[in-house]
Amino acid sequence: MWLTNSSVGRKVVMSVTGLFLILFLTFHTLMNAVALFGFKYYEAICEFLGANWYALVGTAILAGGFVLHIIFAFWLTFQNRKARGNDRYEESAKPASVEWASQNMLVLGIIVLCFMGLHLCQFWAKMQLPEIMGEHPQSGTDALALAFGNWWTLPIYLVGFCALWFHITHGFWSAFQTIGTANEKWICRFKCIGWWWATIVMGLFAIEAIYFTLHFNNIINC
Amino acid sequence: MENAISFNIKVWRQAGPKEQGRFEVYQMQDIPTDTSFLEMLDILNEQLIEQGKEPIAFDHDCREGICGMCSLYINGHPHGPATGATTCQLYMRRFHDGETITVEPWRSAAFPVIRDLMVNRNAFDQIQQAGGYVSFNTGGAQDANALPISKVDADEAMDSASCIGCGACVAACKNGSAMLFVSAKVSQFALLPQGKPEAARRVKAMLQKMDELGFGNCTNTGACAAECPKQIKLSNISRLNREYICAKLAD
Repeated sequence: MWLTNSSVGRKVVMSVTGLFLILFLTFHTLMNAVALFGFKYYEAICEFLGANWYALVGTAILAGGFVLHIIFAFWLTFQNRKARGNDRYEESAKPASVEWASQNMLVLGIIVLCFMGLHLCQFWAKMQLPEIMGEHPQSGTDALALAFGNWWTLPIYLVGFCALWFHITHGFWSAFQTIGTANEKWICRFKCIGWWWATIVMGLFAIEAIYFTLHFNNIINC
Repeated sequence: MENAISFNIKVWRQAGPKEQGRFEVYQMQDIPTDTSFLEMLDILNEQLIEQGKEPIAFDHDCREGICGMCSLYINGHPHGPATGATTCQLYMRRFHDGETITVEPWRSAAFPVIRDLMVNRNAFDQIQQAGGYVSFNTGGAQDANALPISKVDADEAMDSASCIGCGACVAACKNGSAMLFVSAKVSQFALLPQGKPEAARRVKAMLQKMDELGFGNCTNTGACAAECPKQIKLSNISRLNREYICAKLAD
């Protein structure tokens, strides 16, 4: 199977799953944004998704995408370290055109993974999981209040968003380069689109997290 | 600008492929700034021979930037601090008086050290042998108008063909990937009508050989293109991916 046996195939798996995860994050932040207009609308979305069959199928596909992306990331990194050899350069200079993020994707990914673990405990484990187990789930607004009522939630989330921003600014154009859709003109265009996409999606996530923190700590009442 | 500089040179010394390597520091006095880097190493080697020591082994041949033999990692850059130039095209005016210049061999599992600064780049020859050619008889040169090729494609194929196979891309890559080299060799044919009949077989064979030889997976950091002495473009890698994916999907 060329998707696992060849270097380009393995990168294609990283690329396709990565683009799928970017698409998921975009929907995620848009659904969260509904809460900015009123928590009753947010509740409606939570109810619409819940543990209905389509939400479960979506979650399963999403989890599969995550797992593949993570397994392939470690596999590729292991192979790349082996290819680099045991002797390191005494002196190494990074060319100006090389993005910092591109050389630290695994570390950024691990930070995102830790953040995701906390995020799943705070929300998924209290909302969809109990419903699957046949228990009574917590309402979306209650879960938000509990999580963002803690002072430490916001800084951790902001660190997670920053790591995701760096991860996506490289990952976005790199994914299109890997599936062979880039050329000299489109590399610049994909880099530009990726930068804006990451900035808008992560900026919106950050605004939402800040709003929830202020709201549930009774600093603002709107 | 000074006409002559004195500096320390820190060189990787390794007696053989299995031996433990180490750095040795040599002092160089009053080297004219018009001296090329390789001439400076020649001067150092003469001094070492006069002292009864082993001269430093390093690869070199044409000394005019076309053969791809020279391969030194100088002050953290393959082929040194100059852009678009090989080690043999590097001059001592790039360095300063009193500086310590670090010189290392290419470091990659697929390019084992033979001795000192000399590495075995036979892996590139093996990749070329796997498919980097046109196997049929193309006959005599026909009239140029009989086979129209757009100027854009002709220029891009020529740019890709300027790869000299020195291995700087592998040396610069944190993943030890040879994708820029392979992509240039695939592109120079893929862009031209003569290369099309064997395009699918070529890309599959060359990529399979590249993977077999233990080169890493490309993560698009772009260090290869930034350090390439022939300024081979990163877009070649996307073309290689496209050619490979299309060939595999067609199977």
